[in-house]
Amino acid sequence: MSFHMKNRHARRALQAAVVPLFALLASVAHADWGGLNMPEGVTILSKKIYSLHMLILWICVAIAVVVFGVMIYSIVKFRKSQGAQADKTLVHSTKVEIVWTVIPIAILVFMAVPIAKTLIEIEDMGNVDLNIKVTGYQWKWEYEYLGQNVSFFSTLKRDSDAARQLGSGIDPKSVEHYLLDVDNHLVVPAGQKIRFLLTAQDVIHAWWVPAFGMKKDAIPGYVNEIWVQVDADKLGTYRGQCAELCGRDHGFMPIVVDVVSPADFDKWLREKQAEKKLADVAPNATAVTASAAPAAIQQ
Amino acid sequence: MAHEHTADHTHDDHDHGPAHGWRRWVYATNHKDIGTMYLIFACVMFFVGGLMAMVIRAELFKPGLQLVDPQFFNSMTTMHALIMIFGAVMPAWTGLANWMIPMQVGAPDMALPRLNNFSFWILPFAFTLLLGTLFVPSGAPAGGWTLYPPLSLQGGDSFPMAIFAIHLMGASSILGSINVVVTIMNMRAPGVGLLNMPLFCWSWLITAYLLIATMPVLAGAVTMLLTDHFFGTSFFSASGGGDPVMFQHIFWFFGHPEVYILILPAFGIMSEIIPTFSRKPLFGYDAMVYATAAIAFLSFIVWAHHMFTVGMPLAGQLFFTLSTMMISIPTGVKVFNWTATMWKGSLTFETPMLFALSFLFLFSIGGFSGLMLAVVPADFQYHDTYFVVAHFHYVLVPGAIFAIMAGVYYWLPKWTGRMYDEKLGKLHFWLSTIFVNVLFFPQHFLGLAGMPRRIPDYSTQFADWNMVSSIGAFGFGLSQLLFPYIIWKCVKAGEKSGARSWEGAHGLEWELSSPPPYHSWTEPPSREVIAKGVEH
Repeated sequence: MSFHMKNRHARRALQAAVVPLFALLASVAHADWGGLNMPEGVTILSKKIYSLHMLILWICVAIAVVVFGVMIYSIVKFRKSQGAQADKTLVHSTKVEIVWTVIPIAILVFMAVPIAKTLIEIEDMGNVDLNIKVTGYQWKWEYEYLGQNVSFFSTLKRDSDAARQLGSGIDPKSVEHYLLDVDNHLVVPAGQKIRFLLTAQDVIHAWWVPAFGMKKDAIPGYVNEIWVQVDADKLGTYRGQCAELCGRDHGFMPIVVDVVSPADFDKWLREKQAEKKLADVAPNATAVTASAAPAAIQQ
Repeated sequence: MAHEHTADHTHDDHDHGPAHGWRRWVYATNHKDIGTMYLIFACVMFFVGGLMAMVIRAELFKPGLQLVDPQFFNSMTTMHALIMIFGAVMPAWTGLANWMIPMQVGAPDMALPRLNNFSFWILPFAFTLLLGTLFVPSGAPAGGWTLYPPLSLQGGDSFPMAIFAIHLMGASSILGSINVVVTIMNMRAPGVGLLNMPLFCWSWLITAYLLIATMPVLAGAVTMLLTDHFFGTSFFSASGGGDPVMFQHIFWFFGHPEVYILILPAFGIMSEIIPTFSRKPLFGYDAMVYATAAIAFLSFIVWAHHMFTVGMPLAGQLFFTLSTMMISIPTGVKVFNWTATMWKGSLTFETPMLFALSFLFLFSIGGFSGLMLAVVPADFQYHDTYFVVAHFHYVLVPGAIFAIMAGVYYWLPKWTGRMYDEKLGKLHFWLSTIFVNVLFFPQHFLGLAGMPRRIPDYSTQFADWNMVSSIGAFGFGLSQLLFPYIIWKCVKAGEKSGARSWEGAHGLEWELSSPPPYHSWTEPPSREVIAKGVEH
């Protein structure tokens, strides 16, 4: 009798707790939840990395289903309240212990092969079409197209910067690409193998565009490298952020990359080189061309 | 019922009762008094560090900066980590070791009581120094608990204070560990062998060796930071011929064993609680000991998996990915053994068992994400994102912290002679388990979707899951207030408990009265008692 009473109370309490929770979930359900999973990305390597991620994820899910299944079965089946008697002789079994040691080893060996293959590919820096040096500063990025006489800084866009100040009163949702927009975009050609040489001026930063599949640290005194080859048909703008804590404004040095066709890239590069020449000749003109340039690229 | 008589013994029956007033605590050499102080200290620090976590989650509740400056936010993440690791989890383990090891091995006290006093009393000073950094002009350390140079070298007055605090914590840990090793090696009663002592002792013995091996490494690393900052050396400065990456190698050579320092005693606790509430001896005792030792050994050769993105040679990346994945083998053995212990058992679900079961499931989830993080190419995506934050909080909160709570609920009737309120304990369990998942599970999604860790503000695409996570955090934080209340209520007015508080309890501590005599085993337990308590 009292048992039923208790149950009813428990159920009502549970309802009281769960109903508002679902109401809350429903109220935000219409919003953009972003991805639940890693993006597949747009480069040769990002897709391989994504498939490794999915492989290990499904292996984990499979193991979880088996192990949690046995645990849940034990919890349900071997309750003292259901009259379960403990079998105190069950304390050791060499056979079982060998099995559950060997199976994980087999899984690891199975995983090691694709991991090694992908790593070897990631480390292959041969046949590069374009070299870009990336330098991290507190708190901006500098891009230098090696051998092309083009370099520029890339910092958080002003509207984001205004909105992110403490107590600014500006709603971040009203700012387009809040915290993920910069004044000068990095521009790269699709379908070509680009090598990024990463270093830093002051403290350690990390350069990361999730759609490109990987990040690497930019360390003072070191030059790290990664390569990226975006699929020829994946033109567009990709965004990322500094991924290594680098001080007060670590959260405010985004990365924006425009991936364009090789022809458009050549055109852009020539314009940039012309600007640079003009600036070298007449230093006073720098300010004018620098502020005009980003507007031209965006459109 | 037969034990009721022994339970009624009071301290006055013994020759050496505790001193009165403040002397009992300041001059304490008794393992129980020192254990109590460690546990209270850990609990206070748990709430201080928790408060900082609340500041972090409040700022991250929605996009935009509403509450704190980014520099202060960075101080909060840094201090939260240092306080939770060195102030909450490690002292809680030492407190449990102090209380339980002498009782479990049949000894009157720890082997080195004055050292024990010293190693505890270092801690309040260390944390006064560390918390004092919040009030210096430069603000508290904000370069992350990992103290990576060159960023950490930009710290102001707080920098040397934090480093001296770390030195003190390290000294305290080393002294405490020496005490554990000496006690277990020398104070076991005749008949308590190395291969039949409780697994909590085993896991602590191995933890103590890890601490003794790695704390000096941390001390060396932070001392080099200190001389780089003040005496013009350039161990870690590239412009002076040093190497900032070298710091990371040294730090993680300490840091990875440190991870197991935080979790191995939890494995020991699980191996006590699960058999008790399954009413069945632990499955595969020997395998458990060897697995713990294997994990400890492997912990020394996997450190670089914390820094896959610094740019390592291919061979290095392959070595560290394989050695890291190998850890899942002994860890798997442990999880399988606990599951097999429940198999064909006779299970009941009191609060300690509930926390232990929660540990079993949620620690495994942390283990799975750990296996994923070991896959180097995928780690290039996961590294330094909220996926990592979710991973290590799954192994530390429902891992280490739940195990500590399970241990406290399990032994509280032994320590106080009184039973806690089971209803409140279950409420504490359910609230903790639900909210910890609301808090940390969405962080997996955030990390995979591309949110970096240690940022005070984020782009709007991450807004919804951050709000869910923050709601979970507030719920989790509030429910923890139940924990000290339940303990207080138990001490004040709990129902009396017999010597063997749990039907299936097994071990020498349950052969003593509840509460136990001031000097636990003044005479070594007899063969019969040992046969009842230890042998299996």
